[in-house]
Amino acid sequence: MDFTFNEDQTAILEHVKEFCHEQLAPKAQETDEAGVWPAANVAKLGQLDLMGIPVPEDHGGLGMDFLTWAAVGEELSRACTTTGAVYGAHMLAVFPIMHFGTDEQKRKYLTPLARGEHIGAFGLTEPGAGSDAAAVATKAVKDGDGYVLNGTKIFITNGGEAQTYVIITSTDPTKGVRGLSAFIVEKGTPGFEFGKNEKKMAYPSLPNRELIFTDCRLPKGNLLGREGGGFLVAMRTLGVGRIGMAIGAVGVARAALEAAVPYAKQRHQFGKPISSFQAIQFMLADMATEIDAARLLTWRAAWLKDHNKPFEKEAAMAKLYASEVAMRVTTKAVQVFGGYGYTKDFPVERYMREAKLFEIVEGTSEIQRLVIANQVIRELGG
Amino acid sequence: MNIVVCIKQVPETTDVRVDPKTNALIREGVKSIVNPFDENAVEAALQLKEAHGGKVTVITMGPPQAEEALRHTIAMGADEAILLTDAAFRGSDTLATSYALAAAVRKLGDVDLVLCGKQAIDGDTGQVGAGLAERLGVPQVTFAIGLEIADDKLRARRVLDDMYEVIEVKLPAVVTVVKQINEPRFPSMRNVLKAKKAEIIKWTAADLAADLTQTGFDGSPTQVIRVWPPEKRAGGQMLEGEPDEVVDKLAAIIRELSVL
Repeated sequence: MDFTFNEDQTAILEHVKEFCHEQLAPKAQETDEAGVWPAANVAKLGQLDLMGIPVPEDHGGLGMDFLTWAAVGEELSRACTTTGAVYGAHMLAVFPIMHFGTDEQKRKYLTPLARGEHIGAFGLTEPGAGSDAAAVATKAVKDGDGYVLNGTKIFITNGGEAQTYVIITSTDPTKGVRGLSAFIVEKGTPGFEFGKNEKKMAYPSLPNRELIFTDCRLPKGNLLGREGGGFLVAMRTLGVGRIGMAIGAVGVARAALEAAVPYAKQRHQFGKPISSFQAIQFMLADMATEIDAARLLTWRAAWLKDHNKPFEKEAAMAKLYASEVAMRVTTKAVQVFGGYGYTKDFPVERYMREAKLFEIVEGTSEIQRLVIANQVIRELGG
Repeated sequence: MNIVVCIKQVPETTDVRVDPKTNALIREGVKSIVNPFDENAVEAALQLKEAHGGKVTVITMGPPQAEEALRHTIAMGADEAILLTDAAFRGSDTLATSYALAAAVRKLGDVDLVLCGKQAIDGDTGQVGAGLAERLGVPQVTFAIGLEIADDKLRARRVLDDMYEVIEVKLPAVVTVVKQINEPRFPSMRNVLKAKKAEIIKWTAADLAADLTQTGFDGSPTQVIRVWPPEKRAGGQMLEGEPDEVVDKLAAIIRELSVL
């Protein structure tokens, strides 16, 4: 396993850091407070070729690996968590179409996604189904030459703004997860509408919308993978998605540490900078160590994915650990800032609210532990 | 139309540090970038090319590492980049620099427009663009904030201290641009990767058939004797209170200093 970046990866990362420093980070607070879709940032991600990093070049991508995609995601999330989240959620449509799509589907849907001309979203969660994928109640019923969808998805990131949705439905409710099927649905398809946009603890500019399907008719060419193969599409997509969430968590944790350190050096109490006190130093040391460990777990999962090795357990470990690290690190950052950290004059209180998302989204910490435990018991249980 | 953009690689910080012994800029540990005004010139050239077709060639004179600055402009979309690099160019002042750049423009031939930034953020002289126009014997427009091309004429809007001026010149011409003319594009990753592999053309003094008495130290009548940061001014004295009081205090101080 080797995390030495080659020349191309280094060039891309340097360029992304410059972009983040010059264009994203200075406006992060504004982007958050605006409460509207960060259209300008998202357009720039497309113009910079960042929306299809692991997509083959003949489908409009950069033809690079998931490790690069993850490293870029950390920088984006660190600079502007909201923009980083759009980037992460976009991959949840890009990856399944890239992996399971037919040539025709790739040409029609993947290319504009990879170029950033279209934004992607992924719909699994429902009012009665989240952790329990087998409980998906959105139905797709075969009807002549196509399918008719009925049901509601909730909390869908990029919902309403995205053009291309990968939707997990049930084509055969008697078969549980084996009766699930994935579809590509375009915004504007008759019978596909958007409902409530959730008001959340953080990310007011990031849409998490309800998707409502009412007799929404799709041609059979929109079936992604095979009928009954929807659970596989969902699990593979969530595997990659967990890498994305893990690195997003590393990004926000890093933002918190990088805010806390200069503050600790500059804030004086008892005639000394508080960074000279061990109580603060130990916090900073733990924060830095845990961030590094979280990043390495995440990079390992990405590396395994890039080398076509099983990575589900490792992605779950990365997502579990990184999200909990983000929570601990951002909480400590608020503590380092003391009373000021609790005010909106500094960004650390926002980081703390943003970090909480990662422990819940795309499989809660509890679900990650189940995924890991199942594998560990299978591997070591004898 | 064939457009040439002359750029300079400069240290990123505007807070330039100077070696007290050699009076040269300290470059160690400072990231090098394309002079920001020159980035505006490249952007202006790319926009003209997009509107009228043609080719954008970027030239810089500098040490071998100035290649990085040229690659950045290729990533932005320039078609070709030329590095003028030779020991004979070392120590060039603005006169010798404009000599070498003019020789390169002439060697390219068939150039319709030369664009430069209004000045470099390290030396801050703003002389090279004007010098280049003189060397080439073509019209010059400095401090341009807007450019329009019609047939063989260029109409430029200039920013002056307290007014704008619109002037028209015949092409070929040399134009220097200000920051407000545009927002330089951020190169796409695809272009960044392409630019890394792009060929950078290198020309020496011999390639330019340069007269060596006009280049480098020998061609530079200007010698920098000493460069130093201005001494920090000690904070002045603030007088507070009602106008009458302040006037009285001020008068007292002036009397005390016996400067009148």
